Amino acid sequence: MLELSWLLIAIPLAGAALLLLWGQRSDAFGHLIATAASAAAFVLGLVMFVELLGREADDRSVTSTLGTWIETARFHVEFAFTVDQLSSLFVLLITGVGTLIHVYSIGYMAHDERRRRFFAYLNLFVAAMLTLVLAADYLVLFLGWEGVGLASYLLIGFWQHKPSAAAAANKAFIMNRIGDVGMVIAIMTMFATFGTTSIAAVNGAVGDVSATTATALGLLLLLGACGKSAQVPLQAWLLDAMEGPTPVSALIHAATMVTAGVYLVVRSAGIYDASEVARTFVIVVGLVTLLVGAWIGCAKDDIKKVLAGSTMSQIGYMMLAAGLGPAGYAFAIFHLLTHGFFKANMFLGAGSVMHAMDDDVDMRHYGALRRAMPITFATFGLGYLAIIGFPGMSGFFSKDKIIEAALAHNLWIGLGAMIGAAITAFYMTRLMMMTFFGERRWRDRVHPHESPSVMTVPLIVLAALSVLGGALYLGNWIGDWLEPVAGHAEHHELPAPVIVIQLAVVALVAAGVALAVWLFRSDVPDTAPADTDVSILTRAGRHEIYTNEVNGVLAVFPVRYLTRFLVWLDARGIDGLVTGTADRIGEASQGLRATQTGYVRSYALGIFGGALVVVLGLLAVTLG
Amino acid sequence: MIAPTADTPIPAAQIDYVALSPLLVVAGFAVLGLVLEAALPRRRRFLVQAVVTAVGLVIALVASVMVYLDLPDVAEAERVARGAVEAEGAVTVDGPGVLTWIVLVVFALLSLGLFAERRFEAGLSPFTGRAADVPGSREESEAVTHRLEHTEVFPLVLFALSGMMLFATANDLITMFVALEVLSLPLYVLCAVARRRRLISQEAALKYFLLGAFSSVFFLYGAALAYGYAGSLNLTLIDEAVTARSDSGGLLLVAMAMIAVGLLFKIGAVPFHAWTPDVYQGAPTPVTAFMAAATKAAAFVALMRVFFVAFGGASWDWRPTIWVVAVLTMVFGSIVAIAQTDVKRMLAYSSIAHAGFLLVGFSAAYLGVADGLSVTSVSSVLFYLFVYGVATIGAFAIVTVVRDSAGETTHLARWAGLGRQSPWLAGAFTLFMLSFAGIPLTAGFIGKWGVFAAAWAGGTWPLVVIGVLASALAAYFYVRVVVLMFFTEPVGDGPAVAAPGVLTTVVIALAAIATVVLGIVPGPMLDVVQHAGAFVR
Repeated sequence: MLELSWLLIAIPLAGAALLLLWGQRSDAFGHLIATAASAAAFVLGLVMFVELLGREADDRSVTSTLGTWIETARFHVEFAFTVDQLSSLFVLLITGVGTLIHVYSIGYMAHDERRRRFFAYLNLFVAAMLTLVLAADYLVLFLGWEGVGLASYLLIGFWQHKPSAAAAANKAFIMNRIGDVGMVIAIMTMFATFGTTSIAAVNGAVGDVSATTATALGLLLLLGACGKSAQVPLQAWLLDAMEGPTPVSALIHAATMVTAGVYLVVRSAGIYDASEVARTFVIVVGLVTLLVGAWIGCAKDDIKKVLAGSTMSQIGYMMLAAGLGPAGYAFAIFHLLTHGFFKANMFLGAGSVMHAMDDDVDMRHYGALRRAMPITFATFGLGYLAIIGFPGMSGFFSKDKIIEAALAHNLWIGLGAMIGAAITAFYMTRLMMMTFFGERRWRDRVHPHESPSVMTVPLIVLAALSVLGGALYLGNWIGDWLEPVAGHAEHHELPAPVIVIQLAVVALVAAGVALAVWLFRSDVPDTAPADTDVSILTRAGRHEIYTNEVNGVLAVFPVRYLTRFLVWLDARGIDGLVTGTADRIGEASQGLRATQTGYVRSYALGIFGGALVVVLGLLAVTLG
Repeated sequence: MIAPTADTPIPAAQIDYVALSPLLVVAGFAVLGLVLEAALPRRRRFLVQAVVTAVGLVIALVASVMVYLDLPDVAEAERVARGAVEAEGAVTVDGPGVLTWIVLVVFALLSLGLFAERRFEAGLSPFTGRAADVPGSREESEAVTHRLEHTEVFPLVLFALSGMMLFATANDLITMFVALEVLSLPLYVLCAVARRRRLISQEAALKYFLLGAFSSVFFLYGAALAYGYAGSLNLTLIDEAVTARSDSGGLLLVAMAMIAVGLLFKIGAVPFHAWTPDVYQGAPTPVTAFMAAATKAAAFVALMRVFFVAFGGASWDWRPTIWVVAVLTMVFGSIVAIAQTDVKRMLAYSSIAHAGFLLVGFSAAYLGVADGLSVTSVSSVLFYLFVYGVATIGAFAIVTVVRDSAGETTHLARWAGLGRQSPWLAGAFTLFMLSFAGIPLTAGFIGKWGVFAAAWAGGTWPLVVIGVLASALAAYFYVRVVVLMFFTEPVGDGPAVAAPGVLTTVVIALAAIATVVLGIVPGPMLDVVQHAGAFVR
């Protein structure tokens, strides 16, 4: 059964192909096919998982080869897929949460005339994401990596009539390309150093090469991970990506795709084990992102953007854990899974609220929704308790383990993670207060109503998982399960007893909650205060810590002006691009010959100058 | 060389006609085409010419494949090579050379489908009726009224093709120069005979001619200096002189530089690229397709042959300069393409950028190791040339289909919304764009992978890093076109897409299939290019 891992990918891929090729004739039932494909993949994944459970611990990694992709004497890439402890958990997360979101989308997208296409893209995404996590070779992983990027691009820009959606899709694409450069160079380096790009072979051999190579590989992969997982400094696209339909935000930009960077780091454990420097960078990136994301989450009024900032922040926690090495890998994955449950739950809950509020995303227009939407309120509330780390909820265990591991590694990093927990509690409570409590601030003609059961049932399932996800930690099951992949976690001395740390975290969380409750206890103005009336911290948070401006200065302006300069240069030597051509067509009847001679002369001058440079260059290299 | 005297008769030239048969077939059919042009009544010419050209190309293809399979192995200490020097040292029939013949003939066959397409112009070819008429004159309208067509284009393509084939296999500089002219002159004429927008077409041809002549002179001067240095024009003998040199050889350096200028002009490398956008835009689109794919392939193989065979011993003298040219070409092409608003010009700048990526593979000068079965500069460039050429012909084929009442509409703004109107066509164009951008599962990805791997193995990793960055930049404008086609509202009534004829459809389909297949199962083709081995000297 485990040899059939390719089938996991093939089923949703076939679903996507069917829907796209069948065309409008499948409009009526396309969404059902797509949901069935996703569910079938989940069932298959579940069967495989159970089979893995039944095996001996050292027999739980099965690699099967579908065929050869690139075959030369010195370079060999196979379409090989590995089912092991790590990838099987991801398969369950992707197909499980994916199926729930498919079901939810049936209701959410019911009135969209392009619903079939939406489902086709969703299936495409599931197939690409499964390729990413099942790949046994970095090059195949990169294929999935690009595939999820494409699906994400198509889905962010799905409502193409909105210019902001198209712009957001472009931004996500470009920022991811920057990360991809790191991936590509890393893969080239692997090929040059090890002669192979197989994940197992590279991670097995990386101990034998110089630490510099391992560090370079680690940093390059981290660049890729930052792009995909929206970590500082490549984080700016995620907030804009909220232009996509809300189920997309839940599936791709919260539960699965954005965690691919964490997966990459854990999967490349061999490389990061070999380089202390690379691990430190991972920790710093994680810590900075977790604080920046939380900060942004405090200042936004758009419910989806608050959740997006929160996603960044939570992935920061995972990155931080992954950077701790074997002590943190398992906890990174643990938090990734629980976050997948409670964040998907809350995004879908936000979608349900938006559905009720005529697609308004401004929390200042909400208020007192707990009565109008009891199921959404209850499920969202459970997700809320999970994310702030209410004792007993899944997030309590997973976040707490990360904080403990961070404290054991370094006191200051641990304290940073604890402060992050307090801010998380603050902004999430703010979101709850503004949305579900307080006074009604609804716009005219808005009549909130509970969503249909096709949307609330997935919410209930996810809420249950948000509560119970902590069970994965029972008896350190997840740590033992992942040990063959992530390595053995040494026991570290903590600066204080575990119970003290837990109490301190709970106290901090309680303080964050209390502050938010007190600040937002009474009526909230239904228009946001102007930028000049708010504190400098809020202003910075609203503007995403000015990262777009920084990107503009560092990247966009230089490229724009370089382009302009080169075009100008080209236009001097050559003609005025298309406008010039158009003008010339007009002029042609009068003075074609005259203008033409001038142009050719300047071209020829360019060639002559170039020849001179080449000659002098050759002479300079050798004789100089 | 022994001077002939009364006692020693001049030995008859040893020529292996079988090995040279593909060249002879193409040239022979070109001459046959001229005879037919004179002999046949005008009404029948088009069909006969097209069929005869196709038959000639198919025969040449079969002959090339047979020659390829029949190449003798050369026992060389360092690396595997197959083939022999033929025709008294003038032509080398070797693995890479014959493979290039096959590639060129395939390109010509694909392009022929576009040349012979008569569906778009109400049953006429895309070429003007009588090229000698002044645009806008009474004679021209007369030619239009009588529905005249240019059928000389078919023999001209064959002549250009024979020049390209010779160019890629010439073993001495004078043969190479003759080949350069034989391939260029028909192309100059072909550029001038567009049916629509004749002034731009003629302007393109004139520019191409003047600048081509100018750059040929550089090549010729370089050849003369090389003769002055080595005492021979034969690449093998130049190699001996270069390998045995004891000084730094200023004369040699200038000779190499001049020859490089002539060849870099043909491949459109910066700063010798200025003609490319104008000519690509002005030439009739089928000619642009043929020229973009085939000229680049022939010139690149010639460039590699000269610099690996003749100047291989001085590679550390020329490599740094080529590195700079490669970087300039990649970066300039990728950046300026972003600002283009015309499809054909954008593809021209994209071809400049691709020349840069190819130069990365070339300038690594990585000739492989003893067993000869690794990705070398030669094999990776050959693979890249093929996948680039196929996608280029496919993309230009689509350009011929998107039209309004004034002919092709190449302004990008008019392409908005193409995806809704003709999803298959826009899908194919997307595929070619993705291949150009080097996205996995397209042939372009494997092509880029190959040249970068060769460059890495050759130790020029900074070029690889710049190359990856430039291709990330280039991906932006390729994807921009995709967005435009699928996600942008059409302007006015949107692009008018003519129903493509059978020939154009077949060309687009073949190019698309090749792009996908070579992306998913590139193994066999990679085997072939590696099997071709090194150049025979």
